[in-house]
Amino acid sequence: MNDNVLIQVKDLKKHYNDGEIKALDGINMEIDQGEVVVIIGPSGSGKSTFLRSLNLLEMPTSGQILVDGVDITNPKIDINLHRQKMGMVFQHFNLFPNMTIMKNMTLAPMKLLGKSKEEAEAKAKELLAVVGLEDRGDAYPNQLSGGQKQRVAIVRALCMEPEILLFDEPTSALDPEMVGEVLDVMKKLAEDGMTMAVVTHEMGFAREVASRVVFMDDGVVIEENTPSEIFENPQSDRLKNFLAKVL
Amino acid sequence: MSDLVAQFQLNFIDGDRWQLIVQGLGRTLVIAVFAVVIGVAIGALLAIIRSTYEKNGEDMKKRSKGRYALLSVLNFFAKIYLTIIRGTPVVVQLMIIYFIIFAGSNNDTLVAVIAFGINSGAYVAEIIRGGIMSIDEGQFEAGRSLGFNYAQTMIYIIIPQVFKVILPTLCNEFIVLLKETSVAGYIGIMDLTKAGDLIRGRTFSPFMPLIAVALIYLVMVMILTALVGRLERSLRKNER
Ligand SMILES: Nc1ncnc2c1ncn2[C@@H]1O[C@H](COP(=O)(O)OP(=O)(O)O)[C@@H](O)[C@H]1O
Ligand SMILES: [Mg+2]
Repeated sequence: MNDNVLIQVKDLKKHYNDGEIKALDGINMEIDQGEVVVIIGPSGSGKSTFLRSLNLLEMPTSGQILVDGVDITNPKIDINLHRQKMGMVFQHFNLFPNMTIMKNMTLAPMKLLGKSKEEAEAKAKELLAVVGLEDRGDAYPNQLSGGQKQRVAIVRALCMEPEILLFDEPTSALDPEMVGEVLDVMKKLAEDGMTMAVVTHEMGFAREVASRVVFMDDGVVIEENTPSEIFENPQSDRLKNFLAKVL
Repeated sequence: MSDLVAQFQLNFIDGDRWQLIVQGLGRTLVIAVFAVVIGVAIGALLAIIRSTYEKNGEDMKKRSKGRYALLSVLNFFAKIYLTIIRGTPVVVQLMIIYFIIFAGSNNDTLVAVIAFGINSGAYVAEIIRGGIMSIDEGQFEAGRSLGFNYAQTMIYIIIPQVFKVILPTLCNEFIVLLKETSVAGYIGIMDLTKAGDLIRGRTFSPFMPLIAVALIYLVMVMILTALVGRLERSLRKNER
């Protein structure tokens, strides 16, 4: 195990209905600092469940998730502190509709990190500028387009200065013309060294940005490799079939 | 026409009987306003217990057996409360509370406030719980994923949204309660309804006092309904 390991997942299982549904059936994975792991696979293969297990939005049935060496499935640890360090971006953005963009971004840093309003707002403004939304701080979420909402959701997560960002199909709810603007932001984050785990159907993004691509099916990892190996030289029939359908 | 004037004179002017109506109206309003305050307090408490059990019970079970056991017990009693209160007529509850639980109390208005408050609490609880459940699960998840604990997520993110959703319904609950207090006469309280009935008994002319009472309720309800309508519109306008 090298020093750069941020997350280590050991034999992770998530069963529903007393084991009738095996959403995750023994996942082992390491995510290093600065890596961009893109998770692909057919619908229902357990990608969301896996991603959501990483910050315990889903409680695993068994297995371990070590973050910075600490097993977060241990009920005794304070999961809220760990979640502060693991930002999450959702398919449907989940911005708080009753708050301005600025409030969306400053609420958690102020309440949880004890930042002053000035500090939190300065940071938020800086991040909004990075995603080209510096003049929308006073807007409410429903005054923004889908692509803008998702860019805000990303920087909202960044305001907590997380060690890793988890993306669950961040562009799937967007109109096609807005997909690019969100992927561009994600690409920029990757270039800046952000550790990311991304569930997506955007194979172009996977090919270009991923340091590693993981192919899941039926709750297990079938193949994982560099993007070029996954896309040019798939080993398993399941991956070949999947790629034939999506490419 | 002159007959109506004479009727009016008999029922409201003679013996200053209009004062009964005014006093009765005052009593009705006092009971309704204080009861709704108690109702909202009880309702909020019950809703917090019930929705915490439903939304956070599993999580709590893993982390603290003791707190989960306490929550389960509270949830159990909350359910019993809701079943009993919503399964029996308010006038029967009022009489049980007055004649059995507070037997011998000489502050019947206070007893009525408590009784109607307890009754209203059950309905308010379900209004609030429904409001909490109506908020998109993604809002909870966004809150939790930022690192807020369950209580913080509720306080900072969910409750403000619930409040907007349920405010009109809560106001309607007050309107319902205002009318329901008209059974307060069963425990000898001279509320608006009872005042009208009293005048009828004295003057032996039912038309004027009962229609007057009905009109007063109607006007109050219409005014409140109009206010709720305005509130709803302004909430919708702010909803951006
Ligand atoms: N709450 C749940 N109850 C029962 N089955 C579930 C639940 N959540 C997910 N599943 C099942 O787990 C499997 C994996 O789901 P998911 O992780 O959402 O897949 P993906 O994100 O790859 O499409 C699916 O078969 C799904 O039906
Ligand atoms: Mg999914």
